Amino acid sequence: MTVAEVNQGGRAPASEAGREGDVGYVLHPEDRAAIECEMRHYEDSRATSIAALKLIQKRHGWVPDGAIPEIARLLGIAPSDLEGVATFYSLIFRRPVGRHVIKICDSVACFLTGAAQVQEAFARELRIGLGDTTGDRRFTLLPICCLGACDKGPALMIDEALLPNVAPEDVRTLLERYP
Amino acid sequence: MTGETKPLTYRIDLGAPLDLRAYELQDGYAAVRDALKNMPPQEVTRLVKDANLRGRGGAGFPTGVKWSLVPMDPTARRAKYLVCNADEMEPGSFKDRLLMEGVPHQLVEAMIVSAYAIQATRGYIFLRGEYTLAAERLEYAIREAKAAGYLGEHILDSPWSYELSVHTGAGRYICGEETALLNSLEGRRANPRFKPPFPQIAGLWGKPTVVNNVETLCNVPHIVLRGVDWFKALSRGKSKDAGTKLYGVSGRVKRPGCWELPFGTPAREILDEHGGGMREGLKLKCWLPGGASTDFLMPEHLDLAMDFETIAKAGSRLGTGLITVIDETQGIIAVLRNLEEFFARESCGWCTPCRDGLPWSVKLLSALERGEGRPEDIETLERLTHALGPGRTFCAHAPGAVEPLQSALRYLRPEFEAGVCRARATAGSLSA
Repeated sequence: MTVAEVNQGGRAPASEAGREGDVGYVLHPEDRAAIECEMRHYEDSRATSIAALKLIQKRHGWVPDGAIPEIARLLGIAPSDLEGVATFYSLIFRRPVGRHVIKICDSVACFLTGAAQVQEAFARELRIGLGDTTGDRRFTLLPICCLGACDKGPALMIDEALLPNVAPEDVRTLLERYP
Repeated sequence: MTGETKPLTYRIDLGAPLDLRAYELQDGYAAVRDALKNMPPQEVTRLVKDANLRGRGGAGFPTGVKWSLVPMDPTARRAKYLVCNADEMEPGSFKDRLLMEGVPHQLVEAMIVSAYAIQATRGYIFLRGEYTLAAERLEYAIREAKAAGYLGEHILDSPWSYELSVHTGAGRYICGEETALLNSLEGRRANPRFKPPFPQIAGLWGKPTVVNNVETLCNVPHIVLRGVDWFKALSRGKSKDAGTKLYGVSGRVKRPGCWELPFGTPAREILDEHGGGMREGLKLKCWLPGGASTDFLMPEHLDLAMDFETIAKAGSRLGTGLITVIDETQGIIAVLRNLEEFFARESCGWCTPCRDGLPWSVKLLSALERGEGRPEDIETLERLTHALGPGRTFCAHAPGAVEPLQSALRYLRPEFEAGVCRARATAGSLSA
């Protein structure tokens, strides 16, 4: 799978489709309430699109197909509009990802301080390339643009945490911290 | 460190930022109280204009001038917005993260005083999604400020009411372009908008809107509190630009970091005194003065003052003011390929020159990097720097992207020529 495909709206492969329910997706009451609460911050409910997609992603790890029309209905916009938003933003995943998402900064400052070697170390340990998910669904490996930690490069994020000054030899122990 | 010389950073604590009470004990929210009690809104704008505060997000537009374009007719009682651009994503820039994580109340206070100046009814901090710690700390600071009456209805018993919230993004560098940011905030794809109308007239949901960078806004409470003369004197006569600047350096230097220094501090002082100089055994080849979208400068430019005019005269841009250094062991073609890959990936795809031209430059640079370039590739790259230049594309993304490329072609041409395949070069000359 290419990097772009992770967020660019490709359908999940047959084996994965329907796992989270393609048909008859029902918004979790907590998510619905959180989205409705977010809507109060804006004069147009469409502004909640990204926040809503992020809430759903937090629950499932990705945004299942069936969630798109349900969120769109709540926001009062066309599902195709929401899909256009979902596929535009690189941190909204429209394909299943691993339990932990590793985002390696590949922008100039980290490039200059050895991001490629760190990326190779991850690829070697996990036996996957950028944009791929391990067979046990534990990790997904993605590139990310400048994390604003240029003085601490190479930098990366695993899930929500920023990890500065990562050396290739740290990678194995680092991965053990994420079951 | 004191507020007199390092106003933006003297209260920074990255471990545990000041809570409301501790912040108030160090002059916190004094500017809000002063402005709301003693100044009409236009007076705040006048101070900011007189102080010659210029945008710290990269473009350097005078902040007071930007604000003065907002309609101030008191009878037009409709929504107005202040949006903080906290989408720091310019490769090589790491200053706004420091301000938001280190002293979140300062930005909240700045968003209140600045909103008061334009009589905004609501503010948003558009924060990139990856800055999770900043989001948590800003949200906490906003809750504290609201509980203390600095936000909400009739702030400090004045007639003015104002709400503030954090809006987090979900990636894409283009969200930092101010009109793309507004589309993103409205829940749309982040394609830039046509200008005019400018956001000050018709921005968020068509309402008057000001978009300012984090560092720019953080200066405002200090200008209100300490005055225009103090602010102008901060640059110690080193520069036409006023105030301090968060400068920094990254790349293979001894002590990479970010420091608040007088505006116009020479690049050499930033690199050598603060950054500790190049790592052992490495020699400087060239440097980006303020992010990936600024033209390369050479070692002979190191004594230049890091301000808008001086760096522009040297053929580059101050940008965000955070330097990235390239050393002699690093091939410029590989660095450029990395930079252009970034810009190609982050193009929103709206206009053809940017969408197609940037990947083309990556293809040509990759061939040169492998030593498989064709003789005409260098000329094609040169043509691309014009075809993607200012005025040829919908927004400033592609013109910014070709800045490092055009300057590298000017200063480091032999490295491009070395990437041309010899066999092909010979074949080319035979057929010609």
